Amino acid sequence: MSTTSMHSDAPVSNLDDERAGQERFDQIIAEDSRIEPRDWMPEGYRKTLIRQISQHAHSEIIGMQPEANWITRAPSLKRKMILMAKVQDEAGHGLYLYSAAETLGISRDEMVQQLLDGTAKYSSIFNYPTLTWADVGAIGWLVDGAAIQNQVPLCRASYAPYGRAMVRICKEESFHQRQGWEILYELSHGTPEQKAMAQDAVNRFYGPALQMFGPPDDNSPNSKQSMAWNIKRFSNDELRQRFVDMIVPQAEALGLTLPDPDLKWNEERGHYDFGELDWDEFMTVIKGKGPCNVQRMQHRREAHENGAWVREAAAAYAEKQARRNADAADRQLIGA
Amino acid sequence: MSEQNIDASWPLYEVFVRSSRGLSHVHAGSLHAPDDTMALRNARDLYTRRNEGTSVWVVPADCISSSDPDSKGGFFESSKGKAFRHATYYTKSEGVKHL
Ligand SMILES: [Fe+2]
Ligand SMILES: [Fe+2]
Repeated sequence: MSTTSMHSDAPVSNLDDERAGQERFDQIIAEDSRIEPRDWMPEGYRKTLIRQISQHAHSEIIGMQPEANWITRAPSLKRKMILMAKVQDEAGHGLYLYSAAETLGISRDEMVQQLLDGTAKYSSIFNYPTLTWADVGAIGWLVDGAAIQNQVPLCRASYAPYGRAMVRICKEESFHQRQGWEILYELSHGTPEQKAMAQDAVNRFYGPALQMFGPPDDNSPNSKQSMAWNIKRFSNDELRQRFVDMIVPQAEALGLTLPDPDLKWNEERGHYDFGELDWDEFMTVIKGKGPCNVQRMQHRREAHENGAWVREAAAAYAEKQARRNADAADRQLIGA
Repeated sequence: MSEQNIDASWPLYEVFVRSSRGLSHVHAGSLHAPDDTMALRNARDLYTRRNEGTSVWVVPADCISSSDPDSKGGFFESSKGKAFRHATYYTKSEGVKHL
């Protein structure tokens, strides 16, 4: 898109003045308004967003793997169609987010490369295996549930393309959590073996799902700046607390328990207290030593390489069509 | 005056207006203009006379590829009949809060 002097979104473009840009930026943030791609923005803001949005995109893409693992083994045609629709949604979420990140000046190729060569991170939750069908339920309920908790406030993120992507994503997420909860509901109201399978899945995913909100606030150095920039609206611990408060009654409705002996209602605080999470494990998984890190990356690289012929064929076809159209236009000119 | 200057021979532009910061540009209508700059000025005059916009895009209409309006049914068929893509399809959790 070319910009002419008419572009009212960029009132400082012809001033070419960093200070004016910063002032305008600060004012927009102070008004809790939105930054659009052509607005002046501090380099740190741009970098932070590129990192956050691209990692978010990578998480959606890698996140397809644990669930796709069960598509061929879903217990009914209905469940298979639901699961395919959900995994397809996650692919779409990845694409919305890559597009949002691209408006900040990084190319899609560069982001994909960062994922493939391991310099970019993705959410550590996806490095856990899906051992049983109940895990698909636990992921929908707890993992998508935690993701939604995180994503709803991001709809108001100060960077407008990010916020708009999150609005679309949140709308689509609404069935993800419910279908997961319903899988667990069916299992916990089935045979004792099925109920045990559901409980086992919840036991394994509960802790890692709570860790999706990131490290505790006193150990989350970048949070403060992100909150000052109105990217982040609530702290990691606030979001985690809200999530726990939400899922306790939902677990009760399932007839399942949450694997935390310290979990109990605190009348004074008006919240549930819960136990310390295993942050050593969290760091281990982030550093690449989780149960499935190697497998996830290997699969992503293979999928990328195996898809090369599709990308090449699409480019060759577009080129052929362009040539044909040009030839047709020439023929028309000479009246042939 | 050459024939090229009559309004009808100017290319058609589609106009997209962002009503306020944070929202998407939304299609507002179209107009004819001799070039991009004039299209923008005309779009401002035609579509934002009452402060409807904080930003305007103009796109040459022939740069837009569109689905065939007559084949609407066929083109969008694959998303029909998939009620399971909506949260309302899952009824077991009715009455459970925040689901
Ligand atoms: Fe998603
Ligand atoms: Fe999801």
